[in-house]
Amino acid sequence: MTLNPDLTITFSPMHRLQWEEAQQKDVILYPEGMVELNQSSAEILKLCDGSRKLEQIVADLEQKFSTRGLINDVTSFLEVALNNGWIKQP
Amino acid sequence: MAGSNNPKPTPPRWLLAELTYKCPLQCPYCSNPLDYAQHNSEISTEDWKRVLSQARKMGAVQLGFSGGEPLSRQDLPELVEHARQLGYYTNLITSGYGLNEERIIQLKEAGLDHIQLSIQASTQELNDHIAGTVSYENKKAVAHLIKKHGYPMVLCVVIHRENIHQMQQILEMAEELGADYVELANTQYYGWAHKNRDLLMPTKEQYETAEAIAQAYKEQVADKMKIYYIIPDFHEDRPKACMNGWGTTFLTIAPDGVALPCHSARELPGLDCPNVNDFSIEQIWNDSKAFNFFRGYEWMKEPCRSCDEKEKDFGGCRCQAYLLTGDMYSTDPVCSKSPDHRLIDDAIHTARISALSSDEKPLIFRNSKNSKKHTLNS
Ligand code: SF4
Ligand code: SF4
Repeated sequence: MTLNPDLTITFSPMHRLQWEEAQQKDVILYPEGMVELNQSSAEILKLCDGSRKLEQIVADLEQKFSTRGLINDVTSFLEVALNNGWIKQP
Repeated sequence: MAGSNNPKPTPPRWLLAELTYKCPLQCPYCSNPLDYAQHNSEISTEDWKRVLSQARKMGAVQLGFSGGEPLSRQDLPELVEHARQLGYYTNLITSGYGLNEERIIQLKEAGLDHIQLSIQASTQELNDHIAGTVSYENKKAVAHLIKKHGYPMVLCVVIHRENIHQMQQILEMAEELGADYVELANTQYYGWAHKNRDLLMPTKEQYETAEAIAQAYKEQVADKMKIYYIIPDFHEDRPKACMNGWGTTFLTIAPDGVALPCHSARELPGLDCPNVNDFSIEQIWNDSKAFNFFRGYEWMKEPCRSCDEKEKDFGGCRCQAYLLTGDMYSTDPVCSKSPDHRLIDDAIHTARISALSSDEKPLIFRNSKNSKKHTLNS
């Protein structure tokens, strides 16, 4: 599966993204499993709320962290996320 | 004692709440203790809520409600609601018996995240035989309702000699029922399965055929359904990293409130497993004898003690070592380095002879009558 830049991206309703106080980390929870996220991955996934497309997500992140050139990193992480079923496109 | 050199253990991540040993099914591989009928007391709703809160505070995040059949506890929705408010990811591990649309909706409203449904075979005849109870049609109906109400669904099928030939049909059934995940759990020989081992253990050829089918299917449905294949460790030459290391990740609470480092730890002698009515989860996890027993590497005997793979598999399963060698400190005999490894070859051989013989003894089903009989004989 590859990411379609023309479609919006939504976090999967079959998973849950949650801050874990004990671990001081965001995690993805799903049936009988858990993935620990680093801060940048968590920031990317939080923007996958069904209202944004890839370009918008990159723009929002670049603004938030006052930086540029995130497109490749964000795209490759979202491809991984899509193949793991963490995000969906309509 | 072992563990004293371990200042602060990692906190629990997984809590398995075995709410009850009651179950309308009678699976002959059930992981409940053989003498479960002796442990028939159950802790209260308030006790469970306290346990859930304490474990969550330490960092537990995945929570399995299991049993027996957890649906036979009337307070299940109340416990789910409490757990969900605490931020657990809540898994219901059920045979589906007693689950109807009303209860599925009620549990959804309480915040249940996921349902793992067990099914014994791909045909009614075999399913109902293994379960010891008429349940096949009901399970299929329940599977449809689980998906109708938007839960992620894991279909769990325990694999053994009586159903291994149905591998292809089991996978087709799972796909048709809309399972998001299917767990093909090769039988682990503890509890009731240990007693029925000669009748349950497939031959090596059967394993190889079944595994090839599962692997091929995996690729075919990769986008739709994930397949977890739990390997039959008797045919491997290294043991499983049991429990991800003793007292590092998993905490099981039995129906009567006894805290266990693994769900079959009740079978091990001299652990003095503590009860949640006498100690807090923090005391149990950090300080109890049982949870420190096999922490770290100090307790190990040779060949594990000086083995460079000990950090990978922790010497294997303590319950398996005990059941097979009579010594819970010994190397898991699955390991080819174990001096007792021939016990595994013997077990495979004996099961094979039983498979080929025409007059096999009958399976011993998991029910209170057989449980009491076992208690009397031991
Ligand atoms: S394995 Fe079978 S008998 Fe044992 S608790 Fe589960 S459904 Fe009941
Ligand atoms: S000898 Fe012990 S530690 Fe080494 S591989 Fe075998 S079981 Fe694991």
